[in-house]
Order: sequence, then structure tokens, then C-alpha cells
Amino acid sequence: MSDKPVVIMKPHANRGLDDKLYLVKYEVDEEHSHLEVIEPETCIGCERKPCISKCPAEVYRWLEDEQHLEIAYENCLECGTCRIVCPYDNFEWEYPRGGFGVAYKFG
Amino acid sequence: MTEMQVAEVGAAETAVPDRLEFDVIVVGGGPAGLAAGTVCARAGLDTIIIERGRKPGTKNVMGGVLYTRPTAEVFPEFWKEAPVERCVIEQNQWIMTEDSVIKMGYRSPHFAEGVPNCFTVLRVKIDQYFAEQAQAAGALVINETKVDEVLSAEGRVIGVRTGRPDGEVYAPVVILAEGVNPQLTQALGMQEDLKSNDAAVTVKEVLRLEPEIIQERFGLGEGEGATIEMYGAPTQSMLGTAFLYTNHNSLSLGLGVLLSEFAELPDTPHDLLQELKQHPAIAPLVEGAEPAEYMAHLIPEGGYNQMPALFGHGVMIVGDAAQFVNGMHREGSNHAILSGKAAAETAIDAHNKGDFSERTLGHYRQRLEEESTTIADMRKYRRATGFMERHPVLSVYPALAAYAFEEMLTVDDKTKREKQWAIIKEALRRRKPWEMAWDAVEGGLSFV
Repeated sequence: MSDKPVVIMKPHANRGLDDKLYLVKYEVDEEHSHLEVIEPETCIGCERKPCISKCPAEVYRWLEDEQHLEIAYENCLECGTCRIVCPYDNFEWEYPRGGFGVAYKFG
Repeated sequence: MTEMQVAEVGAAETAVPDRLEFDVIVVGGGPAGLAAGTVCARAGLDTIIIERGRKPGTKNVMGGVLYTRPTAEVFPEFWKEAPVERCVIEQNQWIMTEDSVIKMGYRSPHFAEGVPNCFTVLRVKIDQYFAEQAQAAGALVINETKVDEVLSAEGRVIGVRTGRPDGEVYAPVVILAEGVNPQLTQALGMQEDLKSNDAAVTVKEVLRLEPEIIQERFGLGEGEGATIEMYGAPTQSMLGTAFLYTNHNSLSLGLGVLLSEFAELPDTPHDLLQELKQHPAIAPLVEGAEPAEYMAHLIPEGGYNQMPALFGHGVMIVGDAAQFVNGMHREGSNHAILSGKAAAETAIDAHNKGDFSERTLGHYRQRLEEESTTIADMRKYRRATGFMERHPVLSVYPALAAYAFEEMLTVDDKTKREKQWAIIKEALRRRKPWEMAWDAVEGGLSFV
């Protein structure tokens, strides 16, 4: 094992993702998040947290102080990567309710 | 044998007179579902297509190449009126290192003659066109409605429950065209959980650019298009491809990477896309193009080995949900459409016979085997992903090939024989002879 710390996400000064997400049209379901962690404790022990770096919309953020995974579900592009990539199968993942979520203009 | 979860459907037994009943329910308004719904409706079946997006297409993403002949089997001569972007007359394969590229390509006017081979498309526009065809055939397309559960009774599928109030809909046949995250198929016990080597995360940007500039940069005439697939550096030598396609007044630039390998890295998919945009071979092609939309989707990569049970009592699985993607040839929507058509024809037969059992619906698979290339092609490449995972092909050979080109094309004080030896030495430094032999033999067995 290398003693180098595990890098969760490559550090980068906003490479324009926010601007791109701004171009995406969403119908946000204010009442209901379609993404939930099943067992929050499990995330604390998860070394690499691939949900964070593999999400194309950077929906997930690890809050070091709270030891908690923050989920910005309103930015979700509904690809399903987090569900598949989670080593602990720890997501309660579903599509947003009918009519909600991302609404592409081009696709 | 498929084992189906039997849901609680007390009301289903005592046929309530005003319950919503159809001949066929199609879940999902992508190419597979819209093809299935169109074919069923044309045969006079009372057909409902249930789509969770605001309109068909708004949840869908594709690189952007639609093959004409398979599509025309359901939508004849569609390209004459549908919103296609450009007719592809040139297809390129680029092998890339961080700053260099080996280019191969094929350009032929034959791709545009008669029934053109393929078109670039944008899914929101083209899916809405397919949905209009389904509606014109008599299918009911219901938007903004998510199917939460497939309803079963006595071991057979009998309908679906949607998220709408009193949202149960019943039919003797349900065609699941739910896409790459097949949660309904899984809940029926017809598909296993997808693993990280069963899917590639794909991101894409649509970049707006004047048609004249596109034509000038890519050497195209009006209405003509080009495609570029890229291997090597754009995916950091991981299993995957990048692509650049020309639309009418935009470019589609994107890449997809198999999740299993990618999960180990700290890079985000968006990081890779940004790096690709700055590659010296790509930057001049996209220069000045304005971002119009950014999107993400999974591509099924499990292939033949990961196909679900394709049919059960009262149910058939089509399109991405059935893993019908040939990643080696960027084919997906054509197999989606052909599988939708095959499932629809099977549903029509089942209605004619009044038999919706697994035995009758099993003809769906037979049709796919006999009347389309779908299963044959899936079978041909069933070892491809495994091969690419076991052999570091993309991290060895692109860089080596670039080294060889650079050496042979650079004129300096070395003789050509010295250059050849330098290339051989470099090859042996990167890969042992027996490893190269193993790559060649297993590669041959996996692809040929």
C-alpha cells in the first residue's frame, strides 16, 4: 500500500462546469430528492468515494467537518453513474418524479 | 427461467370496469420504445407509450450517429422529412497521445447515395419526430409520467403502476424500453445489478458553430458530415472512446469511459472533456464554438454476457435496457429500433393468438436472431470488453505507434535501419515479446 493520501477529486479551480450546468434546463422537484444515501456511516469509511469524482455534474461533496456527503440533487443529469460506481451499493437511486429533473434541449 | 416478483394487485383480480386498459404498454419514449409503439399502433393495437420526460427525447443523450437502414425499417424514408443534422460521408479513427495524433479515415460519396448510410442527429429533435410518427399511427404518448412498478399477478406481468394518482395501467403485454438504468427489469428479477464494468460514463457538449465554418474546417459540402472517433489519450488510455461529430450548426464533442477503471482515478468526466478540448488536434476544430448544452449518460457495455432475460410472461425488454449496444462500432439506436420492432411484431402475434405466455413472447429473441444483426453482433464481441480489460492495449500501442511514426517521419542523422531498430527496441521496452504475442492471439480471438 502506498502511504500517499487518497485523492478523492483532482483539485481544479472551477474548469467551467458551473457555467455549463447553467446552460442545462432543469425542472427541480423542490419537495423530493431522488438521490439518497442508505447508510451515511458507510460513506465515512469509504476511502476513495468515487461517487464524488465520477459524477459528471459534481452533485456530491464531502463535508469534512460534518463527515457527511452533501447531495446537490437539483444538478443531477440522471446518468446513474453514482449508483453503479458506489463500492458499497449505498445509494437509494431513482429517477426524479415524472416531469421533473433534467430537460435537455439538444440531447 | 425468469422469476418474477409478484406484486400486490388485489384490484387487478376483480376487473374494475373503468380501469385503464390497453393492448400494449411501452415504458420509455426513446428509439426502442417509440419504434415498438409505432409498429404496434400501426397494426391496430391499442398502444400507450409512457415517458417520464416532459417530451420524448428530453432525457436522452446519444453521441449522435443514426444509421438509416435499420431506422427506415420502422420509419420509412424518415431522413427526407425528419430533423437530421448531416449526412455522414467521412468517418475517421484517430489514435492519440497527449499532443500527437495518427489519423485514419474513410471518405466516400457512396455514403450519401440512394439510402444514405447514416446521419448525425440530436436526440431531442429526432425522438420527437419518432414520437409524432407513433402518435400518427394511433399510439397514445403520455409524457411527464414515471413508471414506478411493473404489476404482476400469478407469475405474469399484467400492467404498470405510474406515479400519477390512480396511476395503474393494464395490458397483457408490457414492453420495457426503460433505458440504461433498468430498474424495472431488475425488480422483475430479469436482470442482475449492473457492475462498474457494465457501463461507460459519457459526457458530451454541443458546441454551436456556423455551418459555413464547420464545412470549411472539416472539408464538407452543405449537408455533408464527418465523424471522428478517438482512442488513447482522450480517455487517459482507459477503455473508452472520444468523439467529435458535425451537426448542422453545431459540433458534438464527448467521450465515454468504462467505469471500472475510471473509478480508481481522481479525475472527473468533465476534467477529461476539458482536456480533450485543449488537445492540439481538437482545439483548432472547436475554436470559437459556443457551448450550447452539456450532458451526461451511461452507455451499456455489458454486451452479450450481460443481456437480461429478454422476455417473460407478458413482458419483453428492448434497447439499452437489454444492453443492445455494440460499443466497438458505436451502434446503439439502430439495435434499439430493431429490438423495438421485433418486440412489437411479437406482441402483435401474441394478440392474434391470444397467448401472452413466455413461449409466445420468446419469438422475440428468435426474431432478433434471425431477422436482425443485433444478437449476432452482440455475440461476436462478447469477449471484447474482457479482452480490453485484461490487455493494456490502449495504454501501450497508441504511444508506441506514435513513436514509430515520429521516428520514421523525422529526417536526421540516423539511417532508416537504425530507426527501425530504435522502434523495435522501444516496442520491447514497452511490452515483452510474449505479451505482444498474447495481445495478438487473444485480440484476434476476441474481435475477428
